[in-house]
This record gives sequence, C-alpha cells and structure tokens, in this order.
Amino acid sequence: MKQIFALLSGLIFGLGLIISGMANPAKVLNFLDLFGTWDPSLAFVMGGAILITSPGFFWLTRTRSRPLFATAFRMPQKRDLEPKLIVGAGVFGIGWGLGGFCPGPALTALPIGAAGTLIFVPCMLAGMWAARQFSGRPSLLKAGTE
Amino acid sequence: METAFTPWLSLGGGLMIGASAVLLMATNGRIAGISGLASRIFARDSDSEARGVSAMFVLGLLLAAPLWFLASDGWPQQWVPASPILMAVAGLLVGFGAVFGSGCTSGHGVCGISRGSVRSIVATLVFMATAFLTVLVTRHLI
Repeated sequence: MKQIFALLSGLIFGLGLIISGMANPAKVLNFLDLFGTWDPSLAFVMGGAILITSPGFFWLTRTRSRPLFATAFRMPQKRDLEPKLIVGAGVFGIGWGLGGFCPGPALTALPIGAAGTLIFVPCMLAGMWAARQFSGRPSLLKAGTE
Repeated sequence: METAFTPWLSLGGGLMIGASAVLLMATNGRIAGISGLASRIFARDSDSEARGVSAMFVLGLLLAAPLWFLASDGWPQQWVPASPILMAVAGLLVGFGAVFGSGCTSGHGVCGISRGSVRSIVATLVFMATAFLTVLVTRHLI
C-alpha cells in the first residue's frame, strides 16, 4: 500500500508541476529575471503548495500519531544553521539559475526528451551521488535531508 | 524568451503539489523533497524500505508527462537551454547543492517553510538569492 501511495504522490506532484508550467525551464528562468522578461508564476506555485501543505502537516501531526502505512512521521530534526546548509543552498541556486531546472521538474520533464534535459538529469544524479559521498556522515544525512 | 504569466494554472498546479506532499506524509510519513527522495534510491545508508518508497515516488514523477501526452494532444510545452556544457554544469551544481544543503525547492521551499523550519527558510532565501543573481549575471551582465 505504501508503495502505491508513493507512486500516486509522485504522479500528482509531476502533474502539478506540468499544469503549473514549472516543467518548463523558460518559466523558471523568467521568474528569476526580475529586470527582464519577468514571469511571477513560480510564486503562485509555491504559494499554492504551501497553502495546502502548511495546514495539512499541522493537522496530520496534531491529530494522528502515525502515518497510515508507516511507523512514524519523519520530520527533519536538525535545527542548527550549519555552513553546509548555506553552502549547499547557494550552490544549488547557481545551478538552478543556469539551467532553469530543479530536481522535481527535471525528472518530470525527462520523458519529454529535450536534449538539455537528457544532459542535465544524469549530471544532477552524479552531483547528488557526489554530495552523498562527500558528506560522509550518513547518520547526519539520514536525519537531515529534507 | 517570454512566457505568459499564468496565475490560475500555477496556483492550481501548486495546490496539487501541496496535496501530493500531504498525501505522502499521511501515508508514508515522509517529506516530499525530491532531492532527498531521488538520492535515497542509491544512497548507501538507505534501507530497502526508503529505497522502495523513493523509487516509486520518482517513478510517479516520470509517468506524469507520458500520461499528459496520452490524455491531451501532445507533450507539455517547454523550452530547455540547449548548451550541453551549461546544462551539464547546471545539473552537477543542482544535484550536489541540493543534497549537500539538505533539500531543494520542494523539501526546503515548500515542505520546510510549511513546517516553519528556520533552516528551510534560510536555505530558501539563500538559493533564491544566488539564483536571482545568476540570472542577473547571465542575462544582463555578460
């Protein structure tokens, strides 16, 4: 059951990205281009998502002791603003601004088969693998990856 | 290239993304952070349960566009930067940065902010800042 719902969640997430226009890097890059062809759509995507997720998470964790098909809600427990967080976010933002893709839209757009996407996704996976190796502290990563 | 401002479609798609994150939390107890889920498929420290759930979520993502193709009159409209070197560098930075910084647009930007996590709010401000700066430099300064 848990796998079926994970699949369903991924499918809804991907369709949401397509409908919102976020599987199109041009829209993301235009959101980031305040002084050019600015397209504010991305703010509405994040806003819409938070509008559901914020009360949804609150309600779940207050009224339920555990998820339907797992033992516990795995909320990230880390609190400290370590350099790793800042450096990682900074590097991620540069890549996002270069290609217009973050991980969700890149994977969603992969089957469309644009040449740029076919290059981006394997490199992204290699970068993820490298970060997992480089970090070398599995216990921290396990608790900390949001 | 210009794109049309789509407030209603983007809001609607955003609501779906939020619903997906709540569904995954309600059923699996996991944060719908794509960099975390995707990298857990091959991380050494993942158990088989984490691998399985993550792989199924990513499979769902990969099925969305083909389903769209079958249900409508073609692939979703898109324009992707064509330079192979640019896209390779962008992919490496996105993948490395997202996992090193414990999350991306979904994990920090949506789920983390929704939980009121200070770490996620800071991370989102940082990656938004470097992304805006990157586009400012690439489109207007060079």
